[in-house]
Amino acid sequence: MASRKRPVADASKPSTLTLADLPAGQRCVLDRLDLPEDVARRLMELGFLPGHEVVPGMRAPGGGPRVFRVDGSEVALREETAARLYVRRDPESDLVVL
Amino acid sequence: MNGCHPEAPRAGLLPNPSILPPRPANDRPIIVAIVGPPNAGKSTLFNRLTGLRQKVANFPGVTVEHRMGKAKLKDEHEVFLVDLPGVYSLHPRAEDEQITHDVLKGERPDFPKPDAVILIVDATNLGRHLVLAAPVLDLGLPTLILLNMADDLAVRGGKVDVSALSSELNCPVALISAAKGTGIERIRQFLMGTAARLNAPPPKIELPVLQDVPKCRQWAANIGVRASYRAPAPPLWTRRLDAVFLHPVAGPFIFLAVVLAVFQSIFSWAQPLMNGLQGMVLGSGHWLAGVLPESPWRSLLIDGVWSGVGSVVVFLPQILLLFLFIGILEDSGYLARAALIADRTMAKFGLQGKSFIPLLSAYACAVPAVMATRVIENKRDRIATMMIAPLMTCSARLPVYTLIIAAFVPNIPIFGHFLALPAAVMLGLYVLGFLAAITTARLLKSSILKSHGSSFILEMPPYRWPTLQSLSLRLIDRAKIFLKRAGTVILLVAVVLWVLANLPLTHGKAPAIEHSFAGMIGKAIEPAIKPLGFNWKIAIGLITSLAAREVIVGTLGTIYGIEGDEQSKGLQAAVHHDLSTAGAVALLIFFAFAMQCFSTLAVVKRETGGWKWPAFQFSYMLALAYSGSWIAFHITNYFLG
Repeated sequence: MASRKRPVADASKPSTLTLADLPAGQRCVLDRLDLPEDVARRLMELGFLPGHEVVPGMRAPGGGPRVFRVDGSEVALREETAARLYVRRDPESDLVVL
Repeated sequence: MNGCHPEAPRAGLLPNPSILPPRPANDRPIIVAIVGPPNAGKSTLFNRLTGLRQKVANFPGVTVEHRMGKAKLKDEHEVFLVDLPGVYSLHPRAEDEQITHDVLKGERPDFPKPDAVILIVDATNLGRHLVLAAPVLDLGLPTLILLNMADDLAVRGGKVDVSALSSELNCPVALISAAKGTGIERIRQFLMGTAARLNAPPPKIELPVLQDVPKCRQWAANIGVRASYRAPAPPLWTRRLDAVFLHPVAGPFIFLAVVLAVFQSIFSWAQPLMNGLQGMVLGSGHWLAGVLPESPWRSLLIDGVWSGVGSVVVFLPQILLLFLFIGILEDSGYLARAALIADRTMAKFGLQGKSFIPLLSAYACAVPAVMATRVIENKRDRIATMMIAPLMTCSARLPVYTLIIAAFVPNIPIFGHFLALPAAVMLGLYVLGFLAAITTARLLKSSILKSHGSSFILEMPPYRWPTLQSLSLRLIDRAKIFLKRAGTVILLVAVVLWVLANLPLTHGKAPAIEHSFAGMIGKAIEPAIKPLGFNWKIAIGLITSLAAREVIVGTLGTIYGIEGDEQSKGLQAAVHHDLSTAGAVALLIFFAFAMQCFSTLAVVKRETGGWKWPAFQFSYMLALAYSGSWIAFHITNYFLG
C-alpha cells in the first residue's frame, strides 16, 4: 500500500500507520485504537486518546516493550499493542530530540 | 498481639464507638478516604498524616490491602483515614478499582461509607490526573483536592492558580508536597472541619458524562486552562537516568547487578545480624533453663517453644533486608524499569514483566509475593504467577538447606577460593527452584491458564528519592506480620509437637520418641516415603514442616533431644545417622519443590477466592516433590553404588 510508505495527514481516510511503525522521537497524533474495549479504555485513561499527541521513546534493551510519551507521562506498551494503535503523522511537527 | 486481624478490619481498626463523641446520624467515627491515581503520592501523604498510628488490613473476602490510620490532629477530633488502592478512574475493572469504587459508593457491607474524600493528584500532570476529579466530585461527598509535588512543579517551571481551580471545581484545593511536608496544615484544617460539614452536602457542579473518557479529559483540560495551568518542563533527570538504565548494553548489566546486590545482601549482609539474634535466642534459652526448676513445663518452654519459635525468629533480619531493597527499588521508580527489562524474558515463559516484581519478593517469602501479584491485571497471568511463586527459594528453606548441606556435603573447593562445594550445592538449589518455576509457568500458560493477547501496560513513574519514613514504615509492617506468624502458627506447631512427642506417659514419664504419639504417626507414614530414602523421624519433620518449612529443623531437634540449632554439630551428626547421602539429596529436592507453607496456601485461597487454586498448587507441588526426590534418590544411589 502506498499510503503505508508515505502517510498523509488526511483525517477523512482511516490511517494504516501504527505506533509500532514509527522511529523514536517521531511525533504523531493518535487516530484510533483497534483493541478490545477494556484495554482501549485503560489506554485512554492513560492518555492514549484519539487526537492526542504520542511520541515513541526508548525501547527496553533487547527489543522488549517500548516507552511512549503521552499526555504528560510515559507508558510502556508491547509491540503487539502498539501495532493496534493507528496514528497520523503530524505534517507540521518534526522529530523530537530525545 | 494487637487486635488487628486481617479478616476483621473493622473490629480491630476502629475503636469502640462508645468512647467517641456522638454523631447525629449514627455513632461511628469519621472516616475520610484518600483516593488518587497510582504514583500520585497517596501513601506518602497517608504516612505523613498518620505516622505510626496505622495498620495494614485486608478487605474481607478479597485480598486487596488497605491501610487505615488515625490522623494526627491538634484537637480532640477523631478522624480515621483510609488509603484506597490507586485508580485512574472509578470505572471498576480490576479488583483494586472495584474496591475503591465500592467503598466510595458505600456499596461494601463490611465497610462504612466514607464521610469525606481527599483526592490527591500529581500537580506536574494535572490535565490527566484531574480526570479523576469528575467521578470523585460526582459522589457528592465533601472533597478536598490536593495538588501534590508542588516542589517538582515549581522547579520544572510549571504553575497553577489554586484559587481559580478551587472556584472552578467548587471545592477546596491545596498545593502541597507530601514528601517535603509543605501544605499539610491545610489538610489538617479540612479534616478537623469534616464533622461540621457532614450535614451540608457540597454544592453540585456540572460534570461531563463519566463513561466518556475523551469528554472527561476535555473537561479536565478546560478546567486547567481556566486555572491558568502551565505544565512543567519534562523531568530531565528521569530522561537522563532512563538513557542509562534502559541503555541497550548498560541497562541489562545494571539490572543484573541490582538483582545480584539484592541476593548478596540477603546472604552475606544479613549473616552477622542473624548470628547475633541466634546467639540471643540460645543464650536466653540456656539462661531460662538454668533458672527454672526441672519439670515438664520447663521442657515445654525450652525444647518446645524456645527452640521452635527461636529457629524462625532468627530469619527476621534477612527478610527485612530483602524488603528494604524491594522498598528502595519500588519507591525510587526503578522497579517499573526492571519490569520493562524483564518483560521480554518473562514473555518466553508465558508470563509478563509485571510478574518479575512478585517473583523477586518470593525469594524472601511467598506470602508477600502472592499479594504483590495484584499489579498484574490479567487474571490468568496473575494466577500463573501465584502458582509458581512458592517454587522460588524462599528464606524459610535456608535453615533446612543449611542443616542438610552442612551434614552431608564436604567442604572442598571446586573453583579455588571462589566457590566451595557446599555453596555450589546451595546455588544449585536456587537455580533448580527457578528452573522449576519457569517451566511450570510455561506449562500452565500453554494449557489451563492459556490467555490470548495478554497486554503489558505499565506507566513509568519519574525517578524519585525514596523517603526514610516510607521505608521504615514498610519494614515495621513486615516485621509485625512476621513476628505475628512466629507467635501464632509456629508457636502452636511447636507446642503441639512437644505434646505429641512427650505423650503417652509411660510410668509417669515421657516415652522414648519411638513410642510417643509423634513416633506412631511417623511410623504410619513411613511406608509412603520409604522409596525416597526417608525414615519415620524424617516423616515427623515432613508433617510439622507443612505448617512452615523451617519448622523441620526444630522438630528434628526435639526428636533427637538436641537443641534446635541448625548450626549445631550434634544435630548434623544425628541427621547423618538417619539419612543416607542419597536420602539427603532426596530431602533437599523434596524441600525445593514441596508446598510446605500453610500461610502461602491461605493467602492464595484469599487472593483467588476459593480452595480450587491452593488445592491445585499443593497437589502439583507435592507430585513434583515426590517424583523429583524419588528420581534424585535413585540417581544418587546409582552413582554412589
